[in-house]
Amino acid sequence: MSVSDGRISRLRVTATVIVALILAVLPLPRWIDIARPYLLLLLVIYWSLSAPRIAGLMFAWLCGLAIDLLKGTTLGQHALAFLLVSYFTHKFQLRIRIFPLSQQTLTVLFLVFIYEALVWYTDGVLGHPVTTWARWIPVLSSALLWPVVVGILDTWNRRSR
Amino acid sequence: MSTVPHSSTWNNSHPSHTVVVVTLSSDSRPIIGRGPPLGAGLFFLGLVSVVVMVLDHRGGYLDTARVWMSAAANPIYVVVQTPYQFWSWLTGSFADRSHLRTANEKLTEELRVARTKLLRFDSLTEENRRLREIREASKGVSERTLIAEIINVSVQPFRHMVVINKGVDDGVFRGQPVLDAFGVVGQVVQVGKSTATLMLITDAEHAVPVQVNRNGIRSIAVGTGEDAKLSLPYMTVESDVKRGDLLVSSGLDQIFPAGYPVATVTKVERSANDTFALVEARPLAQLDRDREVLLLWADKPQVPAPEDAVAAPKPATEAVKQ
Repeated sequence: MSVSDGRISRLRVTATVIVALILAVLPLPRWIDIARPYLLLLLVIYWSLSAPRIAGLMFAWLCGLAIDLLKGTTLGQHALAFLLVSYFTHKFQLRIRIFPLSQQTLTVLFLVFIYEALVWYTDGVLGHPVTTWARWIPVLSSALLWPVVVGILDTWNRRSR
Repeated sequence: MSTVPHSSTWNNSHPSHTVVVVTLSSDSRPIIGRGPPLGAGLFFLGLVSVVVMVLDHRGGYLDTARVWMSAAANPIYVVVQTPYQFWSWLTGSFADRSHLRTANEKLTEELRVARTKLLRFDSLTEENRRLREIREASKGVSERTLIAEIINVSVQPFRHMVVINKGVDDGVFRGQPVLDAFGVVGQVVQVGKSTATLMLITDAEHAVPVQVNRNGIRSIAVGTGEDAKLSLPYMTVESDVKRGDLLVSSGLDQIFPAGYPVATVTKVERSANDTFALVEARPLAQLDRDREVLLLWADKPQVPAPEDAVAAPKPATEAVKQ
């Protein structure tokens, strides 16, 4: 397993981002739509951990801006939230990377919670508060998706690097 | 990252297999040097985000930027859309004959009815024009429409917004009224190069100034965020409104032209203690079933609205800003 070289191509990161963007706007039945996990955010966390030189703060910010654009929210709102999550991920990157998966999932839960809280707050500031409890469901579903994302991407990275 | 769990699970089955531990060491964040410090990046990009948000929120200074960036986002909509379009093409081309025949008969019947109505409409338009001429208010009802298709993408789950396949290139503008065959659908809130986002009248931030068709009482129909429900919070207890009344747009907001059907009143509850009655209405437009909507270019009324009239439709203009 020649993985010591550890270079992840930009192409690969971009490809996953595009897939995540498509999945972010894919029409789904209402009950799944409400619980739709923030796949792009998970990817930003994942790539910030495993390829921090490619996936820096700017990368996270642009991903957030893409979400703003696709979802029709005020430009910069999700960008700011992505940025903050990316900052924390980079800050504690060395620690998070060696966490066991369970602990990593909890960390991701916390990060996604910060993200949602910031979006919730900016929603309120911008004058369209969504206060229903249902908006917190994606936080849980995203955290639950984390092991799956890690499993798939780790396998892929290990196999064809 | 995440290699420890893998190795541990693998270790359970193959204790010797510890090579799996992936150390992405050569790509980890440098401890010293290389690139600006993290905090500076956060500060700078955070500041940019806030500035962008303020510019976009207050008065939409970034409309042009959004138009061009949405052109970049368009391929994603296309990719999402293709399977659905393919499916509808497939079902359309393999629909069986009897189905087509019944559909044809039904449409012919509808067309006949519509033609008959149109006959009357022509004479009414003529009469209307003459009456207007008499009143020297010769403002015609010249309006241009364009059919737009709703793109089947999911935007925000708690908002009532849809994306359509017409944009700046087709002359769509912000605050443009959108109708369907049954009534008012909503208005355009964001315009892209070849797409636009509509806010439906049921969105919690939307409001339409309306008028009871029967007696002309004016009010505002506010979206509730629920499907198929509008609320009319500014109807006083004494106002003459009852179940089944048709609400039409009053045109006071200068967004929706006057006279288009908006909703029918479904519930009126009066309690002697309150100033306002509890009035609810159901939108006439088929907001949840529409595949196509009608963009409307109406002549703006040139008479400047009096100050008190401007105050009433404020929620609607607020909604445009969102």
